[in-house]
Amino acid sequence: MSAIDTSTISLPSSPVKGRRFARLSVPYFLAIVGSAWMIVLFLIPLISGLLVSLMTGNVEQGYTLTWNFGIYAQLFGPGADVPYALFLGRALLFGVTATLITIVIGYPMAYFIAFRVTPRWKTPLLALVMVSFLVSFIIRTDMWAFLLGGNGPLLSLLHRLGVSGDFHILGTPAAVIGGLAYNNLPFMVLPIYVALERIDARLFEAASDLYGNPRTVFMKTTLPLSRSGIFSGILLVFIDCVGDPVNAQLLGGKSTYLIGQAIQDTYLTQQEYNVAAALSTVLMIALGIILFAYARIFGTENIEDLV
Amino acid sequence: MTQTATTPVKAPFAELRAKRRPGLPIIYWVVIAITLLPILSMIVYSFNVAPNHRITYVWHGFTFAYYLHLTDLSGLWQAFVLSIVIALASSAISVVIGTPLALALERYRFLGRRLISGIVFVDIAAPSIVVGAASLSFFLTVNLHTGFLTILLVHVAFNVAYVVVTLRARLSGMGTVLEEAAGDLGATPLTAFFRVTVPLLMPGILASFLLALAMSIDDYVITAFVAGPATTFPLFVYGVKTGLPPQVLCFGTIIFVVGLVLAFANGALNRRSSI
Amino acid sequence: MSDPERDPSRDPALLRGLTQSRISRRGLIRAGGALGGAAAISALLAACSIPGSDQGGAAASEIDWTSWWAGKKKAGTLNFANWPLYIDQDDKGNSQSLALFTKATGIEVNYKEVIQDIPGFYAKVAPLLRGKQSTGYDLMVITNGWELTEMIQNGWLAQLDHSQLPNFAKYADPSIMFPSFDPGNLHSAVWQTGFTGLAYNEKLTGPITSFADLLDPKYKGKIGMLSDNTEYGNAALLAIGVDPNKSTRDDWKKAYDWLKKLEPNVAKFYDQGYTDALQNGDIWISQCYSGDIFQVQAGGHPEIKYVTPKEGQVMWHDNMCIPITADHPVDALAWMNFYYTPEIAGLVADYVNYVCPVPAARDYILNTIGDPDVANSPLVFPNAETLAKSHEYYVYKDYADYQAWNKLFNPIAQS
Repeated sequence: MSAIDTSTISLPSSPVKGRRFARLSVPYFLAIVGSAWMIVLFLIPLISGLLVSLMTGNVEQGYTLTWNFGIYAQLFGPGADVPYALFLGRALLFGVTATLITIVIGYPMAYFIAFRVTPRWKTPLLALVMVSFLVSFIIRTDMWAFLLGGNGPLLSLLHRLGVSGDFHILGTPAAVIGGLAYNNLPFMVLPIYVALERIDARLFEAASDLYGNPRTVFMKTTLPLSRSGIFSGILLVFIDCVGDPVNAQLLGGKSTYLIGQAIQDTYLTQQEYNVAAALSTVLMIALGIILFAYARIFGTENIEDLV
Repeated sequence: MTQTATTPVKAPFAELRAKRRPGLPIIYWVVIAITLLPILSMIVYSFNVAPNHRITYVWHGFTFAYYLHLTDLSGLWQAFVLSIVIALASSAISVVIGTPLALALERYRFLGRRLISGIVFVDIAAPSIVVGAASLSFFLTVNLHTGFLTILLVHVAFNVAYVVVTLRARLSGMGTVLEEAAGDLGATPLTAFFRVTVPLLMPGILASFLLALAMSIDDYVITAFVAGPATTFPLFVYGVKTGLPPQVLCFGTIIFVVGLVLAFANGALNRRSSI
Repeated sequence: MSDPERDPSRDPALLRGLTQSRISRRGLIRAGGALGGAAAISALLAACSIPGSDQGGAAASEIDWTSWWAGKKKAGTLNFANWPLYIDQDDKGNSQSLALFTKATGIEVNYKEVIQDIPGFYAKVAPLLRGKQSTGYDLMVITNGWELTEMIQNGWLAQLDHSQLPNFAKYADPSIMFPSFDPGNLHSAVWQTGFTGLAYNEKLTGPITSFADLLDPKYKGKIGMLSDNTEYGNAALLAIGVDPNKSTRDDWKKAYDWLKKLEPNVAKFYDQGYTDALQNGDIWISQCYSGDIFQVQAGGHPEIKYVTPKEGQVMWHDNMCIPITADHPVDALAWMNFYYTPEIAGLVADYVNYVCPVPAARDYILNTIGDPDVANSPLVFPNAETLAKSHEYYVYKDYADYQAWNKLFNPIAQS
């Protein structure tokens, strides 16, 4: 922070130049630690990890970097022996559905906390959304499996109410999507709340004067101003849903195998490191394209920031 | 369109809104109730007598025994404590280094800004298995022994991205008007930062801290790769072959109750409005 | 008449615009930086490669193991890597068996519950072993399967000095000696054994006795199978009457066809969650691990029964082995020997409830510990008849073999 204090900058000769240097260097000083941490401990390992996709070989004879871009066609092209494209498509579909569910449920919740609650209770109610997610995922999922299971309380209740029929809740795509939405709900509520909360209340008064109709106020004022929050929420939720292996594994059934599981299995069990790396690269590129398209179409308020 | 020229809004705005939309609190509380269902179930079964010391869903009777014997199972409670420590530490660190980064990305244009934004995106998007495996190779290459430190380093590396994304949502459009006003009133940039920016950002900082906490405490795949001889709670629980002991539910209950108490203590103690 | 100020060819601004470089300085710097970075990285990475494991094997067979062990001394420390809750624990969280070991030998044990699953654990230690570095563990408990075969073939495991393991020769159950995946017990000694058989809810189904029963259409959507293709693949081989270790690729294809026939009846391929599903009534029959069913029955569900199918069941082992880069191998060997006694093996089996490798421990559990439920359980001390029907997994010959198995059987569970 000393860079902002111009008296300690000795390089430039004139006071004007010194201040300018200090002003220009502010963002670098702010960004340096975070960026360095991410670059060294995340980006560099990741790039070397993804480059494995361009290697050929196997676990016995070793892998060498041969710049084998053909692997992508091999895995996703028409001649692929394992339907990775299907797994990716399915994951994207589940991801979109789950994300929409979290928006539909999460936006009203965030709105409620931001505007309908006395300021003193905002933090507690926000924390209440998060607090169940401090409990370990495996405990929560086991409990859901019990609650929704064949002899569990929910189905027993339904049977007693006369709703018969042989339905399973677990083991269906709906269960996986439900699990994804449930586990990602706080990640949608938090950013939307954060974006809504900073909107000046007087804007609502002005808008209401202008439009009179609360629905129009919402559509023309609140919603556009919270766009950045929605985008942040979509970023977090959609990405987590599409790449997630755990919900499908625990809650899924026979036709729910997803790309996240494929990446894990090809790496750990089949020890096909290049395939796993290639699948990961394609996953990230697909996510990037979709999110970029969303940002362009719907706007995030500062489009270029998120490119 | 409207008729505001001749019919002024009579009641205070907030009241009008509340009358027309009773649905919002209902939605909130119903959803909270649903998210709390498995938690309730967990709390109930943490008091269940388990004849063979493994969690069972058949009700055998009420007992406090497992709470009194929390530390009995060697390995489990140390894993629990380690998870908490790492979650708190990594969330704190990532908020401290993520906030300036978010500020820089949102408010300034500088060389490398797009690149860093892209890196943040990739950080969130990268599949855990690749990040975990690549991080392990990296630590091996630089000869850093895996353990507590490597877990912490890697957790901060991914938490920073979540902090940045959340804070940018807050900062976006916030503008620098208030800081400039402070400057006009004679504040140095540093004072303006601590007196104006940080308080304005507080809800975002808190939200991102909670987010990072939840991400860190539950992380399995990445941690599995870089943990070495250390064991966190998710690692321990995933690896049990012989059935989970009831103490696992007790730990879950404790974490939940502590979180709940902290959340409401904040509200009860906070007389001033939280901006 | 041309007005100099309007004449396009004279307008300095326009001229500037027409001739100005389109690339801004900032853009150039950016591009240059990116190119330079890319060039540097590719230069570095062209040298990148992941070494294969076929280099290790030759080295291991050249080692003179007698002199290797002669050069190692007891150090007084043992770093023991195991699965969580896989050793006896008393009410204070201490392991009596480890305490007795320290008392008898003076060796301090650092017991680390770091193994969650074998592919994950293998992924963690393989890079270290490949680089001939210490993993930090002297003793690991590895389930037999492709990863254990790899470790043996790569020469990453120390060959055991059986002269220091007299208890093994004396007390070990003959059925676990000289297994197909480790002839001569050169590299491993069994810690616990488990069976993969069938479990069923006798209230919802009649008695199930064989794999053939599973094909009955009345069980549509009511059967659970394990998601590990080793489990369902080997089970399918048994179902068609083939001993896995004598199977050929043709047999594998027939097993695949059997699985396709079974598929409509299968509700889900489970990792671990089948016990909950059985207890809940979601599924009526499941492929299962013997130890899990012991826990389910003891937890208040005596209606869940375990059965060894007529065609046979699969038997697997969690094996103690010593990495070749272990810092204290002699101490590890001392533990192996100490474990193979009725007293210690009994203590462990009484807590863990999987199949005990020391038959004499049964009397110890019955008489000294006083736990007839465990002592008389066929899931902990199986009789000879059950053992006769238990078969090892198919042992993969090499990676190509393993890949062929995966390519054939994966689509069943991964669809």
